[in-house]
Amino acid sequence: MSEQSVIRTRGLTKYFGTKCAVHDLNLEVPRGCVFAFLGRNGSGKSTTIRMLLGLLSADRGTASVLGADSASLEPELRARIGYLTEEHQLYGWMSVRQAGEFQSAFYPRWSEKIFRGVIGHFGLKPEARVKHLSRGMRAGLCLALTLAPDPELLILDDPALGLDPVARRSLVESMIYLTRRADRTIFFSSHHLGDVERVADYLAVLDYSVLRACCPLESFRNNVREVRLGFAGAPPELPAIPGMLQAFRTERELRVTCVRYDAETERALRDLNPTSMEAQLMGLEDTFISYLGERGEKTFILSETEVAS
Amino acid sequence: MHLNININTGSNVPIYKQITEQVRMAVATGRVTVADQLPSVRALAEALVLNPNTVARAYADLAREGVIETRPGRGVFIIPKRKVLSREEGRRRIEPLINTLISEGLAMDFTPDELQKAFAKNLSRWQQEKGAKQ
Repeated sequence: MSEQSVIRTRGLTKYFGTKCAVHDLNLEVPRGCVFAFLGRNGSGKSTTIRMLLGLLSADRGTASVLGADSASLEPELRARIGYLTEEHQLYGWMSVRQAGEFQSAFYPRWSEKIFRGVIGHFGLKPEARVKHLSRGMRAGLCLALTLAPDPELLILDDPALGLDPVARRSLVESMIYLTRRADRTIFFSSHHLGDVERVADYLAVLDYSVLRACCPLESFRNNVREVRLGFAGAPPELPAIPGMLQAFRTERELRVTCVRYDAETERALRDLNPTSMEAQLMGLEDTFISYLGERGEKTFILSETEVAS
Repeated sequence: MHLNININTGSNVPIYKQITEQVRMAVATGRVTVADQLPSVRALAEALVLNPNTVARAYADLAREGVIETRPGRGVFIIPKRKVLSREEGRRRIEPLINTLISEGLAMDFTPDELQKAFAKNLSRWQQEKGAKQ
């Protein structure tokens, strides 16, 4: 199993002062997959990524990438990992071509073909000065610099941040292009769940420093259902429903989202005697929001005084 | 062959299912016919900007249902229909679609009679189109 895992953490924990940034993280990323690392801002994703790369030391637990301990990565091993972060250093006075030449000196496996392919994909001219590039073009150049060394493991920390839809699509296309090699792994964080739905086979969800899910994308979706219950009059009060995440109440309808929807949950809902009842899957984004959102019941019935005013 | 597949992210229908449904629909309406070739997994994945595994899963489902067949070294083809769904399973799947049609139709103030006529008219037009093609 560890043979097939390109990233593996066991009990990985990090504190900043007294604040826990990552708590007891057990992550397993299989070789050859596209793995989305999800979670709200400040949930600990970047901290985790920096520990994976040995840029930050863990307070407890272990992390390994490509079979080697993250805390002591040799330069040869680092060269097999591509890491893209927002703070990628670029020299403004260089041209796009020069930036490529400069970077290539550090990598024996540098592929000029990949470099030219990616910059072409983002519509970059080799002679353009780095300082004159738009944000999307800069992102394209950074991606080209990260991909050209042909890394076995690509770690992208929120690569879509601040990109317009066109640049974002180019990014997703580049990621899909990379899957041509079945042994290449992409691990990326993102808030764009539409993109995640397009490219990812696996996902992990980090929330308040704790891992809440780590599974194939479809399993995550399958786990959460939205149940619509119709009633002749006002919906009854809700008893405790196993696995309930959220409930939305309108005049004649209850909409309940549940995790691990099973026979027990179904029975509890049927006991409310609804006139109609339908359970269905939700879109990935809605699933994610429902899974992480505030739990409990929300009412969308305006009281008469509110209507009057 | 016109295989216009549209992918909606954020839909409650998973992407692999959007593909299988649209291929099945294209076969049912005669937009693709027996012996037509479909794009390879890789080609369709790149055209639709999707993870190839998603397309592979959709193709695997279609192959299992007897809609397509992969011929090694030659490609993916539509094959003659063989019955794989039991009558009961078919009814179970068609029921919600019919209910959607009825409730939407009634909500738009069509009478039951008008709905029935529209349904019959479209059905016979499809049969004619398919007949003309064969």
